[in-house]
Amino acid sequence: MIATDLPMTQDEIVALIHADTEKVFTTMLGIEAVPCPNATPVEPAGENGGVVALVGFAGQWVGSGSVHCSATLACIITGKFLMADYDHVNDEVLDAMGEVANMIIGNFKDDAADKLGPLGLSTPTVIHGKNFQTRNWGGQSWVTVPFDCEGELFEVKICLIPGHKAHDLFRPVSTTVGL
Amino acid sequence: MALDVLIVDDSAAIRKILQRVLAQTDLTIGEIFEAGDGVEALKTMESKKVDLVLADINMPNMDGLQLLTSVRSRPEWKAIPVIMITTEGSQAKVLEAVQLGAQGYVRKPFTAEQIKEKITACLSGVHQ
Repeated sequence: MIATDLPMTQDEIVALIHADTEKVFTTMLGIEAVPCPNATPVEPAGENGGVVALVGFAGQWVGSGSVHCSATLACIITGKFLMADYDHVNDEVLDAMGEVANMIIGNFKDDAADKLGPLGLSTPTVIHGKNFQTRNWGGQSWVTVPFDCEGELFEVKICLIPGHKAHDLFRPVSTTVGL
Repeated sequence: MALDVLIVDDSAAIRKILQRVLAQTDLTIGEIFEAGDGVEALKTMESKKVDLVLADINMPNMDGLQLLTSVRSRPEWKAIPVIMITTEGSQAKVLEAVQLGAQGYVRKPFTAEQIKEKITACLSGVHQ
């Protein structure tokens, strides 16, 4: 589910994510990202490690867009991006995954501007590690769009809520301390 | 004459890809300088001869549009072609970049051909 007052349906968001992800993969990586609507959720940070690349939205609508994948797929994607071989996640892999997320989410932002209005984007943040979990704030849910790439699954996720609601979520709580 | 190029992007991956694209052009490329943001770019331009700037927009410290404003405010840099290469594809940003003096605008993701065509057009005086 997405915020009910969002002027886009879940199907419209999924369609844009499909188009933007496929465009980035075919144009910059020369490989296909095939939508897998019935795939089981990616567990990017299991024993073999995973990578999460996040980009924040700001403006009338706020939230995040992210790309979640295994460390193995992050190395494959970076290898295609930079025409080199990577057997473990290093700074180049983290940088490349940040840029891939930036392109997918940035194109989504522009393509959705007709309905969402102009939004700003943060610079990407990339997390790599083992056995970690991700949670989104405020009880909001993400639109999750799974893909297959070279036999590995990855997910693109979008979470958007109205800017004024985000303000309420993070409003400081006043407290009284008894002495 | 060899063309000295400054690539400005906070992503090292994009800087590497653009270097590869430049190497594939028919142009005689001299030195290629790299900067991770607008501040680093201005420092490089203070000390090196630069004939062409390829710059991202969304960067920390000083973004590409602020860099463009600074470059155009200096008489000695006014004629240096600047091409914006960015995920920012909104009409407002494109217009702002052109009004500030960008000679070209390429939206990421890009193909090598798009970059080559834009550089060639830019250097031959065809602004796009």
